[in-house]
Amino acid sequence: MSTPDKDKTRKFRAAKRMREIMTEYYIDAKSAPQTGKKVAWITSGGPVEPLIIMDVIPVYPENYGAMIGASHMGADLCGKAEAMGYSADLCSYARADIACAVENGGPIGGLPRPDMLICCNNICGTVLKWYEVHARYFDVPLFVFDTPMCHTEFPDIARKYVRKQLDEYIDFLERVCGRTFDLARSTEVGRLSLEGQRLWQKVLDTAAHKPAPMTAFDAFFFLALIVTLRGTQVVVDFYQELLAEMAERIERRIWAIPNERYRLLWDNLPVWYRLKWLSDTFAAHDACLVADTYTTAWCGSMKYINEDNFIDSMAEAYTRIYLNIGVDEMVKTVYDMVDKYQVDGMVMHSNRSCKPYSFGQYDIMRMVQENKGIPCMMIESHMTDERTFSESQTATRIDAFMEMIRQKKG
Amino acid sequence: MSPLNEFQKAARDPHGYARSMRSSGKKVLGYFCSYTPEEIIHAAGILPVRLFGAKDDTSVADKHLQAYCCSLVRGALADAMNGRLDYLDGAVFPHTCDSIQRLSDIWRLNTGFGFFADVVLPVKLTTESARQYLEDVLRKFRHDLEKGFSLTITDEALRASLRTYNEIRQSLKNLYELHSKNPAVLSGSALNAVMRGAMVMDRAEAAQKLRALASELQAKPATTGSNKRVMLVGSLCDQPDIYGLIESAGADVVWDDLCTGSRYFEGIIEDEGDPVASLARRYFERIICPAKHASVRGRGENLMGAVREHAVHGVIFLQLKFCDPHSFDYPYLKETLDKEGVPNMLLEIEAQLPPVGQLATRFETFIQMLH
Repeated sequence: MSTPDKDKTRKFRAAKRMREIMTEYYIDAKSAPQTGKKVAWITSGGPVEPLIIMDVIPVYPENYGAMIGASHMGADLCGKAEAMGYSADLCSYARADIACAVENGGPIGGLPRPDMLICCNNICGTVLKWYEVHARYFDVPLFVFDTPMCHTEFPDIARKYVRKQLDEYIDFLERVCGRTFDLARSTEVGRLSLEGQRLWQKVLDTAAHKPAPMTAFDAFFFLALIVTLRGTQVVVDFYQELLAEMAERIERRIWAIPNERYRLLWDNLPVWYRLKWLSDTFAAHDACLVADTYTTAWCGSMKYINEDNFIDSMAEAYTRIYLNIGVDEMVKTVYDMVDKYQVDGMVMHSNRSCKPYSFGQYDIMRMVQENKGIPCMMIESHMTDERTFSESQTATRIDAFMEMIRQKKG
Repeated sequence: MSPLNEFQKAARDPHGYARSMRSSGKKVLGYFCSYTPEEIIHAAGILPVRLFGAKDDTSVADKHLQAYCCSLVRGALADAMNGRLDYLDGAVFPHTCDSIQRLSDIWRLNTGFGFFADVVLPVKLTTESARQYLEDVLRKFRHDLEKGFSLTITDEALRASLRTYNEIRQSLKNLYELHSKNPAVLSGSALNAVMRGAMVMDRAEAAQKLRALASELQAKPATTGSNKRVMLVGSLCDQPDIYGLIESAGADVVWDDLCTGSRYFEGIIEDEGDPVASLARRYFERIICPAKHASVRGRGENLMGAVREHAVHGVIFLQLKFCDPHSFDYPYLKETLDKEGVPNMLLEIEAQLPPVGQLATRFETFIQMLH
């Protein structure tokens, strides 16, 4: 185990800055009734740039779900949702967030009330039902941005449908905000969004260095900005700063895991209430989770963005994201990551809260084992509801898995 | 064999029925979800067969699906992998819930039935662009079928198919209404078998047999029973025993909001003009299932409408475990009923029903408090 002194050097300077930015952001959002700004609740994979262009503050119930999980409030809130009639098998983000809305509780005293709801189903069908619940409860306008699943292709008919919805989205925002959409600003916001994604990808890329200067657990933390404030200068500035810090760490040979011996890939969302425990458990095996499929999803569709025609290209970029594609498409991304980050094994989080992310994992696991020849393991949880998590069972599995990796790699 | 027996036979052994059709030279496509545009499949001369999934011996699917997957998806995959669907020429996956989406991928990667199509329908059914997209998707599916089976689906064939389906849906609705007025005409499990049989049988034959059944039942004298009137709400019901248990407990299922029920037959297709556009309108306007988005209060209003129209005393929610869309709507639908003073109960089911004694007691307790 590392000494406290070493822990201090391994702390990221940027973490403090990020907390400041997030605090400012939430203060800004919570004081919207005083400042006259509108607040939109939006799904994590939703098209946020038009909100930035319209000066609407985007608020993310999913980001809030992560906060709830990390602050160990998930079990209590999920239990409250169950008392309201929501099945314990439903997504724990949704359960916790729905309970918060009614209870007016949770971290930071609850989210600011929405003036509108923007639901993009590119990540799951759950968000549709979740936002319908909020639309009934808050009685505010709901815009559904419907992105047809691209199992094997993105046909022209889907492209046309999604593109048309961008116009409808803009009309919706103009109606709710009572002012016109400034198309000229879309170039600037689009550029910042793309730049933010590029920088985020570069930050994640630094973990390709052996040993890695950061872990997936760091990525889970630093992800918040690319999700919430994509399309703003503050994100670009922040990730530039973070990228510089990573370069400096490589230069000064400060590694995330001091004696990194094994490199692992994480699949699915984090287990929010056991981040530190999982991080420590793997670190005790000198294993570094160098990358994950989850945080990569926020820069995975950059290739579809056209900077010169941002609005048009959003249709494809928002439809062909990691979860909205077939399992065989997803596994290609996994293969690329296995090679790029040179990993020795994969840890799959079978997440009871996220069926579209989790069903198909057994097939992905088999394909990765066959084609990449690396061991894979699976751990199960509800990402924000710790009542179903078995720490001892998970620890036993991790030990057995690491033993397998050790035997294979030496 | 009486028409009723024919439906019951097909419902009891859908695989046997489909297999015999296949050996007589008919092509067979399996499908999930009441949003499948069966009309186009039928117009191609292919038999659409709704797949309900095995109730037991599903362990082969455990290599592909975690324990928290619903029994419908698990059972269907198990059937496919165990060779119980050897009569299929292919399968069709309309956009439904997250689980069916992933089943589509797993099916495509692990089974080999020849034809395969994702029919990626819009999820929101509120805008002109969504209606247009729905129409485009149906045209694409028509084209995929033509290409996959090297055939042509003419507008005439499609129109004839729409007429057949209108007839089937109208007959099913008539039967439901007849049963609502006079539950003694046939048992709930028999009506459920008619419904499921009509999703398997040759559709021209089904249309004709339904007509014969309706006139046979219409001739039965009206009786006045003292049973309470209940409604079933959920995804699908392929557990015919439930009806008998409810009847023994003193109530008749007089209406439902199920995809093996009213959601299947509501919505008649105009048979004038462009048949694909007419078909698109039907799927756009029909009563939605919770995996689709229309008005956020539509399902509650629809439910209360049916409760009033059919003088329902109480509602039984039949919730398939791990079914996200229905589980999300349940608290709101319950609240709607509670506000209107309509008693309701929730029954969570998996592939196997709870023990009969326990189930009977629950139904009796619920039905005894209805008034």
